[in-house]
Amino acid sequence: MNNLIASQVETESTAPEQVAGGHVSEGKKEAESGSTFTPPTIFSETIGHIGSFEVRNTLLMSWISVLFLCVVAWRFAKNYKENVVPTGLQNLVEALIGGIYDFFHTVTQDEKQTKQFLGVCATIFLFVVISNWFGLLPGVGSIGFWEEHNGHTILIPLFRSVYSDVNMTLAIATISVFMTTVFGFKNLGTGNYLGKFFINPLKDPIGTFVGLLEMVSELAKIISFTFRLYGNIFAGEVLLAVIGFLVPYIAPLPFYGLELFVGLVQGLVFALLTLVFFKMGSTGHGDHDHEEGHSSDPQHATA
Amino acid sequence: MDKNLFVAIVIAVGSAIPAFSIGKIGAHGLDAIGRNPEAAAKVQTAMILAIAFAEAIAIYALVVALIIKFV
Repeated sequence: MNNLIASQVETESTAPEQVAGGHVSEGKKEAESGSTFTPPTIFSETIGHIGSFEVRNTLLMSWISVLFLCVVAWRFAKNYKENVVPTGLQNLVEALIGGIYDFFHTVTQDEKQTKQFLGVCATIFLFVVISNWFGLLPGVGSIGFWEEHNGHTILIPLFRSVYSDVNMTLAIATISVFMTTVFGFKNLGTGNYLGKFFINPLKDPIGTFVGLLEMVSELAKIISFTFRLYGNIFAGEVLLAVIGFLVPYIAPLPFYGLELFVGLVQGLVFALLTLVFFKMGSTGHGDHDHEEGHSSDPQHATA
Repeated sequence: MDKNLFVAIVIAVGSAIPAFSIGKIGAHGLDAIGRNPEAAAKVQTAMILAIAFAEAIAIYALVVALIIKFV
């Protein structure tokens, strides 16, 4: 196992000639027997270079997800008919976005905020779910090219589930937390938002400490988001690989069902948590004392 | 001691405790829904949120186990 990972480290600085010299093949070479189990690697593999930037197989898959979503959106916009009973793609997209809007509205309880947060949160939801589900398609993880490392011939998959790569989850987690601060500044104003973290030590010394802790907890959210999604998707990949190795026929079916479910739930959880953090970040410090009626804000949830 | 033993301990303990806590969250959530079925949607949202946080801890343990095993 260790030399596999060591050879992965070498792969990351592979010159393009080695990549171009490999051949695209499905399944295993005849020389290799099918009896050794090679689990998916913790780090994603480089499949090419743009200048000195390494293009990973997960990056390629993310381009495919983006392309898919853009094509669907473009077709919806092109064939959009107003004031008719929707049919076909328009029906599907309207139901989807309408459902997401209503669901987010039950969390935020505020029309203006729902409209403001819908863009980022719905995109996160759709992109994560589509990426996770595309990672289950046949060909992902199995179509690739062979490379020689340390005398071993290993398969570099051309496609790999997007969020099985820490870089990808870290990117989307950073975006999520960054947008929380952006919306906080936008909705509360700079002074009020910073006033949540920097509390005057003379008036409220414990509050100062709590404010600093809240700042640290914002950073902890990035870590938490990253590893939640990465752990779930990568563990799912390893699970499917192990089951596929042990009992290739029939037995993987329930695990594929599990992975479909996990892909959906993790996308939902990511979007929902982002929405809740947006809402909490846009809620002023003294607001929860003056609210009329009862709302469902989880005011003091911590990661 | 063999590295694999520590991997096993990390993942076993690290998923047993979040499993227990998720069960507890679910139980209290169901209690709340049973007490007040009209508020079911609100309780459900908060419950799913809390379960996601609890599960994240199990995922941290998994990541540590993977790091010990493979790196």
